[in-house]
Amino acid sequence: MVSSQPVKRAAAARRPRRQLGQIATIVGFLLPAMLLYSGLVLLPIIQALYYSAFRWNGLGPLQNVIGPANYIRAFNDRVFIGALSHNLQIIVLSLIFQLPLALGLALLVGRKLRGRAIFRAIFFLPFVLSQVVTGVIWNFIYRPEGGLINALLLGILPSLKPTAWLATPETVLYAVFVVITWKYFGYHMILYLAGLQNIPAELEEAAQIDGCGPFQTLRYITIPLLGSTIRLTIYLSVLGSLQIFDLVWVMTTGGPVSASDTMATYLYKFGFQRFQLGYGSAIATIMFVICFGFSLVYQRVLMRRDFE
Amino acid sequence: MSTQQIRVSVLSNRASTLLQYLVAVFFALIVLVPLVATVINGFKSPADLLADPFGLPRAWQWENYTSIIRGEAFWRQLKNSTMVVLVVALSVVVLASMPAFIFARMSFRGRDLLFQFFTLGLLLPITVLLLPLYITLRQANLVDSLWGVILPQIAFQLPSTILILRGFFAGIPRELEEAAAMDGCTSAGFFVRVLLPIMRPAIAAVVVLTMVASWNDFFLPLLVLNKEQLWTLPLGIMQFQGQFGTDWGRVLAFVALSLIPTIIFYLLAERQIVAGLTAGAVKG
Repeated sequence: MVSSQPVKRAAAARRPRRQLGQIATIVGFLLPAMLLYSGLVLLPIIQALYYSAFRWNGLGPLQNVIGPANYIRAFNDRVFIGALSHNLQIIVLSLIFQLPLALGLALLVGRKLRGRAIFRAIFFLPFVLSQVVTGVIWNFIYRPEGGLINALLLGILPSLKPTAWLATPETVLYAVFVVITWKYFGYHMILYLAGLQNIPAELEEAAQIDGCGPFQTLRYITIPLLGSTIRLTIYLSVLGSLQIFDLVWVMTTGGPVSASDTMATYLYKFGFQRFQLGYGSAIATIMFVICFGFSLVYQRVLMRRDFE
Repeated sequence: MSTQQIRVSVLSNRASTLLQYLVAVFFALIVLVPLVATVINGFKSPADLLADPFGLPRAWQWENYTSIIRGEAFWRQLKNSTMVVLVVALSVVVLASMPAFIFARMSFRGRDLLFQFFTLGLLLPITVLLLPLYITLRQANLVDSLWGVILPQIAFQLPSTILILRGFFAGIPRELEEAAAMDGCTSAGFFVRVLLPIMRPAIAAVVVLTMVASWNDFFLPLLVLNKEQLWTLPLGIMQFQGQFGTDWGRVLAFVALSLIPTIIFYLLAERQIVAGLTAGAVKG
């Protein structure tokens, strides 16, 4: 009883010091990340908004205010609208072909198939390759003469004329999309596999005992339970498609005659190659608004329950 | 069920298994054939390659590979890429694990707001940042310096890494922290001496993810690194393709050589990459 008195006092004296130490830890731990993140991620967004109101070649002082003219110019430029529509086409193609393919393969190598670990590893492999390596390899595959695809087609139909897949405006976007699928289907498959692991096998077994065939089980049990994963892969796929640059740049630089330009290659051409920094910033801002707007709406509307 | 029915169901089972294998093998080939063809065609002369891109080389052009191995460019680019990756991965782990710890284990006013401030970065497309970022880097004299690639790469990786690590850190039982506090450990001490060591698998997952992203990055180095001496591998491959555009054997040899570190890394770290991706996806 008596001896507890000094202990208490000591503890009371220690408390402010402890609190001070706590605050120091919090500040010290947060500050370095905060500085880098604010300076190199948040600030550039604000700068892009600001620069977009100017006509500027990046060298002289910022003084030539032209208001919304850069934005008006972008939406009146058929090439930019074309680029935007290419992004949208890639999104649609991904949702129709890439994600179902990934889901199908995830179901295939998910549970029973022997050797599934090897198949999984193979399917996922392209994801770790760089887009540059992928693009160069596929440049070779698509080559009109001596490329794998034309050689294969000629082997089947010797009378066929070789096609320059990447140099023909009608085929180029599909050709690029095939490569996007080749590189990323394994990524979505991995996400689906993780989702599948969270579905108890008993549920599917119970459905089968109740007389569900494999397709009914898929339709009424597996896919609904994969809902949050499917919503997530759609989200990631859309955002990735909106930003795509490397692959397109390596394979076509947006050509021929802008037939495979995306918003990002358009941004690069005007912002960096022609040094129209004001205009380029306006393009960046448009991309930002589209991506950010999509993120907010999608998360609010469709993914809300997934977070809870 | 009669024997007849059982036999039919066994047969259809076998047929469906066979079909499943056919599909799996088909897609495995679609992934593997381009890669194997890259390595093999790297041994061909232009004429040989034109004649038959599927067969083995008629005359093995070892020179395609040896000239690259003997030259300087490939090794220099490998070295630059490695340096960038190591600095970025190490910095990201250090800089992201500290805030992740704060957000997972400490409570104070404004914590959630600060956390949201960081996760806002997940919604910002990196492509959009590059133009103003380039101007900032130029003002800071970081164009044509590896730091001009390293610093932004670190910053870009922070939001997702903080998010993933926070999820992992939050799973540690309170008792452990209390026990450490009893033994006189401060929060910082607990973080360094207890949390980080037991969180090694989570750390490994975010390290490999960061390494893949940094190693493969192309857009940022394309803007920042004009000097050939500083090029990373993706820039080197791109330039090599331009230079030897008609001699595809050589280009493919260069690509094949640059694939070696990636494939080795993949074989060693596949599990960590998958763990990191799924943790990020589930929590993000």
